[in-house]
Amino acid sequence: MLDLRQYTCLGAALRAALDRFSKEVCLIEAERDREKLRLTYSDFKEVALPLARALEDADFDPNDRTAIIMTNQSKWLISAYAVFYCGGVLVPLDYKLSPAEHLQLLAHSKAKVLVVEYHLWRAMMADPGFDRIGTKIVLVTEAPLGTDLAGAFRWEDFKRKGAPDFVMREKDDVACIVYSSGTGGRPKGCVLTHENYLEQCRSLTAWYPFWPGVRYLSILPTNHAIDFMVGFIGPFVCGACVVHLRTLRPEFVRDAFVRYRITYVSLVPMILKNLERGLRAKFDELPSWKRTLLNSMIALNRALTRSRPNVKLSRMLLGNIHRGFGGELLALITGGAFMEPSTMQFFYDLGIPVVNGYGLTEAGTALTLNDLKPFRADTVGKPLPGVELRILKPDGQGIGEVAVHSKTVMSHYLDDPELTLETIVDGWLLTGDLGRFERHGHLQLFGRKKNMIVTEGGKNIYPEDIETVFDGLTVKEYAVFAGNYIWPRKELGREALLLVLRLEQNQKLETSLLADISARNRKLPDFKRIGGYIVWDKDFPRTASMKIKRQILAEEIGKAVDNSAVKEL
Amino acid sequence: MPTAEQTLDEILNLAAAHFKVPREKLSPDDDFFKTLGIDSLQTLDLLTKLENHFRVELPDYELQGVNDFRTLASKIQVRL
Repeated sequence: MLDLRQYTCLGAALRAALDRFSKEVCLIEAERDREKLRLTYSDFKEVALPLARALEDADFDPNDRTAIIMTNQSKWLISAYAVFYCGGVLVPLDYKLSPAEHLQLLAHSKAKVLVVEYHLWRAMMADPGFDRIGTKIVLVTEAPLGTDLAGAFRWEDFKRKGAPDFVMREKDDVACIVYSSGTGGRPKGCVLTHENYLEQCRSLTAWYPFWPGVRYLSILPTNHAIDFMVGFIGPFVCGACVVHLRTLRPEFVRDAFVRYRITYVSLVPMILKNLERGLRAKFDELPSWKRTLLNSMIALNRALTRSRPNVKLSRMLLGNIHRGFGGELLALITGGAFMEPSTMQFFYDLGIPVVNGYGLTEAGTALTLNDLKPFRADTVGKPLPGVELRILKPDGQGIGEVAVHSKTVMSHYLDDPELTLETIVDGWLLTGDLGRFERHGHLQLFGRKKNMIVTEGGKNIYPEDIETVFDGLTVKEYAVFAGNYIWPRKELGREALLLVLRLEQNQKLETSLLADISARNRKLPDFKRIGGYIVWDKDFPRTASMKIKRQILAEEIGKAVDNSAVKEL
Repeated sequence: MPTAEQTLDEILNLAAAHFKVPREKLSPDDDFFKTLGIDSLQTLDLLTKLENHFRVELPDYELQGVNDFRTLASKIQVRL
């Protein structure tokens, strides 16, 4: 891999990688079981530079921001490289947000350029807020020829001949603005520097290196910090290959493992559990003698790999299972959400290590990772090289808030000095997560201090972001909370949101009100929905500017009633 | 070509069989995430079954925001 200490910015490191590994395949893109594209590093450069040149010719200046709203595909990475080549700042947005949310974050980030897939652009064009879009240049991928794009360009046509000028950036310059939340209330745009990314890449590849020949299956959205690092920057600076599958259909994901002999993949709990369910169903279908044989092979593998993984041995003992994953899989990487230890253990016992980690957008990609020496399903691993972690105000069990000091910690929140001051104190990032170190130096997580949940799909959901869907509800006031925030518990998983209702005087909880709440709830994507409600009989405490004092309200409710008061919606 | 109502009915039959729930428990405007207790990946599994049955192909993004059988049926119907 490249020696990243030699580079001051992502653009320079990527540029060197494209030259150094020119003949290696860097990208494969498949639509279901049909391969659509295969690019070498040299091909990638040939496609990206005309785009960079066209951007330069369109008065794209260093520091100008480019938002990308796309599913995982080659044009995501090509566009990102062209932006870095021109010295620009990337704003990766979650393609699963609604058109209104996209428009809101485009306005907040002040993006000058937008790269967007056709179906997403079409949805934005139909949004009532579309007229106020301030983005100057919009590049739409895969738009049918002759379609009215409301002044946008077709990405495929936006290219110019001639070598663009490479713009070098310094380590402290901004590389990306990544939104960790805040579409409903207060957008949290994490401003991450080139140094943040270069340091993160160095520390991750020190433990889990890539090399030419490695094939990484990119399933998590590339706008997510994990895939941006391990599905783009990491593999590229090592000459490895990224496989994009343009569907998340489980059957095609399983097929891709085999077809492309995948080495690594990052997954959220929902996908890993889906794979587990599929495997368990297959095991259950086996004749009893085969099942007995399989169980004994699994037990033997578990005994022989107790201290560390031995992939070669596991492939011998459990060949059929490993062939089902392509035969070259080294590990499944997971993070971003709570993973059931039993699921991780299930895969480890089959000889497929699950590398569990912990991180947050504000601190780059990962802060801790399991080093598999030995595998531990009950922790999120040890701090990566260069990462200092502290437990603040530990209780009698050693559990307290996790704080981080690292070169991977973001510079600040975009346009929010107040929130930045609350979050980064004396150079330490306060994560809002509760944890402790066990005796071998592994971090164990026990819940959150902050009012948010993380879904099995790896989505961080902040209650304030979904409250607007209940605007106009015929009650005196309402607020959405994470259940854990009201009734703290020292464990993760099974997190849910609930609606706190304060009715008008003499108002009764009518069926029609509940039906209205349910109907509004259904307008939210499934992972953002509230699970229940509670009726509260006091006015909400508010600030002078009438904002709800959420912490005080949560404490009042938590003291007055327990969580059995929550009614399922 | 089947009518929209026939398509909807077939989808309900297939969903009931796929997730092993009684057909009478499903109705067109049900929120299938809730009625069937499934996640978005399991929904994609169902979609694959429906595609094979109706011999159509729907991109994943077509399912974004769809949470009831009637809307799902309309997405399939326009491709028949």
